[in-house]
Amino acid sequence: MATKGTVSGVIANMVTLTVDGPVAQNEICFILTGGDRLMAEVIKVIGANVYVQVFESTRGLKVGAEAEFTGHMLEVTLGPGMLSKNYDGLQNDLDKMEGVFLKRGQYTYPLDDERVWHFEPMVKAGDEVGPSAWLGEVVENFQPLKIMVPFQLTGTYKVKSIVPEGEYTIKQTVAVLTDKEGHDIEVNMIQKWPVKKALTNYKLKPRPFKLLETGVRVIDTCNPIVEGGTGFIPGPFGTGKTVLQHAISKQAEADIVIIAACGERANEVVEIFTEFPELVDPHTGRKLMERTIIIANTSNMPVAAREASVYTAMTIAEYYRSMGLRVLLMADSTSRWAQALREMSNRMEELPGPDAFPMDISAIISNFYGRAGYVELNNGKSGSVTFIGTVSPAGGNLKEPVTENTKKVARCFYALEQERADKKRYPAVNPIDSYSKYLEYPEFEEYISKLINKEWLGKVNEIKTRLQRGKEIAEQINILGDDGVPVDYHVIFWKSEFIDYVIYQQDAFDEVDACCTIERQEDCMNLVIKVCHTEFHFDNFLDVMDYFKRLISVAKQMSYTEFKSEKFHEYRKQIEELIKEKAV
Amino acid sequence: MSKAFQKVYTQITQITKATCSLKASGVGYDELATVNGKLAQVVKIMGNDVTLQVFEGTEGIPTNAEVVFMGHSPMLKVSEQLAGRFFNAFGQPIDGGPEIEGEEIAIGGPSVNPVRRKQPSELIATGIAGIDLNNTLVSGQKIPFFADPDQPFNQVMANVALRAKADKIILGGMGMTNDDYLYFKNVFSNAGTLDRIISFVNTTENPPVERLLIPDMALTAAEYFAVEKNETVLVLLTDMTSYADALSIVSNRMDQIPSKDSMPGSLYSDLAKIYEKAVQFPSGGSITIIAVTTLSGGDITHAVPDNTGYITEGQLFLRRDSDIGKVIVDPFRSLSRLKQLVAGKKTRKDHSQVMNAAVRLYSDAANAKTKMENGFDLTNYDERCLAFAKDYANQLLAIDVNLDTTEMLDVTWGLFGKYFKQEEVNIKQEFLDKHWVSE
Repeated sequence: MATKGTVSGVIANMVTLTVDGPVAQNEICFILTGGDRLMAEVIKVIGANVYVQVFESTRGLKVGAEAEFTGHMLEVTLGPGMLSKNYDGLQNDLDKMEGVFLKRGQYTYPLDDERVWHFEPMVKAGDEVGPSAWLGEVVENFQPLKIMVPFQLTGTYKVKSIVPEGEYTIKQTVAVLTDKEGHDIEVNMIQKWPVKKALTNYKLKPRPFKLLETGVRVIDTCNPIVEGGTGFIPGPFGTGKTVLQHAISKQAEADIVIIAACGERANEVVEIFTEFPELVDPHTGRKLMERTIIIANTSNMPVAAREASVYTAMTIAEYYRSMGLRVLLMADSTSRWAQALREMSNRMEELPGPDAFPMDISAIISNFYGRAGYVELNNGKSGSVTFIGTVSPAGGNLKEPVTENTKKVARCFYALEQERADKKRYPAVNPIDSYSKYLEYPEFEEYISKLINKEWLGKVNEIKTRLQRGKEIAEQINILGDDGVPVDYHVIFWKSEFIDYVIYQQDAFDEVDACCTIERQEDCMNLVIKVCHTEFHFDNFLDVMDYFKRLISVAKQMSYTEFKSEKFHEYRKQIEELIKEKAV
Repeated sequence: MSKAFQKVYTQITQITKATCSLKASGVGYDELATVNGKLAQVVKIMGNDVTLQVFEGTEGIPTNAEVVFMGHSPMLKVSEQLAGRFFNAFGQPIDGGPEIEGEEIAIGGPSVNPVRRKQPSELIATGIAGIDLNNTLVSGQKIPFFADPDQPFNQVMANVALRAKADKIILGGMGMTNDDYLYFKNVFSNAGTLDRIISFVNTTENPPVERLLIPDMALTAAEYFAVEKNETVLVLLTDMTSYADALSIVSNRMDQIPSKDSMPGSLYSDLAKIYEKAVQFPSGGSITIIAVTTLSGGDITHAVPDNTGYITEGQLFLRRDSDIGKVIVDPFRSLSRLKQLVAGKKTRKDHSQVMNAAVRLYSDAANAKTKMENGFDLTNYDERCLAFAKDYANQLLAIDVNLDTTEMLDVTWGLFGKYFKQEEVNIKQEFLDKHWVSE
């Protein structure tokens, strides 16, 4: 018998219930009010008093209203048919909802019952299989999706029967498995999994090492992220977090991209589903929307569902990883998620931690980042979930709890800086403070040496050092004046400016410059290294400035031309001539 | 909600400055009530204990006050009759005119399903180059002015409202001085546009907690015209800092743990709920929100401007430029996130590049100025930047400018040609070939 409850108190979206039976932490219940069923999650239990957070507006809710418990935690429904979908934070299909406005208590099924899929079996009767083993394949938007043994099962099973290749709907049984005791289990294409539990159906989780190409130079060249890696982008508002994140989600070399718009602007989501169906994936030539899933819990949608939305997104990502796919998960922004936790902790009158955030914020963040990763599956194949989150630090101050705790767990740090944004140097990633720990991984070094060349990492370090040196000199010049430092110093400074303009800055709104292939990034690198290693002679600092401005101007024009086009070579020639002009 | 069910309570158990509590049953969350005739709203229910937020403040409320629950949350009557009228925070006329007849709608209604939104794409021309050229506004956008209280933000906002071609302009005044209220009233009636204007006003003379209803009132009216009538609606909210102050008063009275700057921890969600009402509907109607957030001493790291900045699609800064003695729209800190949806698409193709180049040169001028102030020699380039900056501020950034965007671009190209060489502006060659004006 399902447990029932009665509402005994309401404060905004926190409701207290008196229950008549057992309940579990994080169990889902529905509260009935005025004909609506409001979904809620248990967050605290004291005796027969149960505190739940309601995923909807509680307007008009009265003491005495009835609640029904479901016996399970918040779970997602997984299966073919999720690609290109727009879900809310609880995985309701937003396109299926009626009307312009979201109606309270309206829940829609995330998959399509009717749609038929072409199923190809991968096992035969008599085979032994374990949980998550691949039983067959269907193709969605040109992605091979695996139909797997239910994740919840444990132990090994014998395939009793499997359907032949053909057309099936998600609810039709495609395989029957027999367990050790001889019980039959019917398997269809649908899986269910509670979002707050990590899906650990892999053999091992080695350190990630494969470069995940994003087409953004400041990432790929300077601070690379890898398949299964973690990164975060903190920055004050207006420094280009969203533009950078969209650039990554458009260009990254991933099979599936999941975008969790968590407590952010609705128009940004609109931008994605307006543009992505038109834009082409640079790696496959397919439309971007075909590989994208949007989880939209925008800032005006209920706060409690905001917390759920990142978990929903992560669980969907893990599902595709179990099929051996490379998944990129972007969450914008994890600060909003932390704020949702803060609002609830506040209503429960818990003792606050720093900045009124709950005390366990650090553990929550690190557990979540820990779910990303590159894994080896039980069948020897690999898959990955790469996670990049943005952080919106209050007042742009990076010494706040969310940024600090994220920094402890994320391996890549792309610090967006107000000063750089003010100067319109985009992407405004601070060249000195940002880092990628993967540069230090021997596994990565080995991989990148094969992908590009052995000298690559040395060059990356060199330009980073040069930028640091350039910054120091700029400070000295500010204090001592242009005349107060030797002309050589100006040359070093302007060489670092050249690196900044050619590699670090990139025009996300220019058709050509927006996405830079690894091959072209190598070319950019060789160009700046060549300029940096050339000894120039100048009579005074004014000449230095003039000369480098010309050089930068030509390089900028070059970056707007198609790689290796006629125009490109023309500009390249101009640069070579300019170099000769002043080289010693 | 039949009146027959109304119960009257006369036993108040607790009174604070903004709230009172009593024992009552059958009360809904968010429900309205009157306490000795003063309007109040349910903010907390714990068993039989109901806490009410009294909008006018609790001055003079006795423990035996008469509490009547109304069975519904705050409502507004909407119809075409709203046009040209002035209301208080409860939606009651304050202009001496008759009551509005129309359908009664609960304010603070549900959000628009994100997949039912349309991407904003219509330029809102204001004639002010600091806005149109550098920070182009788009219908369906939400953007605040970040300004110190002494800056002329209300004047600029009134100008923007009058020049923008909106079907309806809805003013939500929170903690507005009576003088400012009369200023808006005069400007709008002098421009002969009073019939397009609807105002919901809470002046400094009214109790602060009442302000909390203003944005929802204004936006409920806006949704009526945008959804039912497919009109383009411009909502002006001034000043959102006063709104946030009222929020912090209430949360403080309810013993909530304050987060940054004594603001409630839910400030982000509270503000987002308002600003996210800005929308472009597929049927043609739209709601654009232009707000004012006053700063104290230009500090944008304070919780109110900070949270606002993360919610809105950009922000506009005003600054007095001492070199030209005028107020300008600050090109460094101002930003319109939606500008790329129209810049170069609804305006001339060189728009984005010209804008960026001009701002970059203006930033070089700022560096040159620092150099000069520190007593260093200026290079010839520095001198040219400074001269450019002065012209640029005077002819384009100043708030008294009124040009169309093509004129703005031509003026900027004129200044480029006057002070710089082609390689100094870093603009795509195709635009240089087409628009460069040499002196």
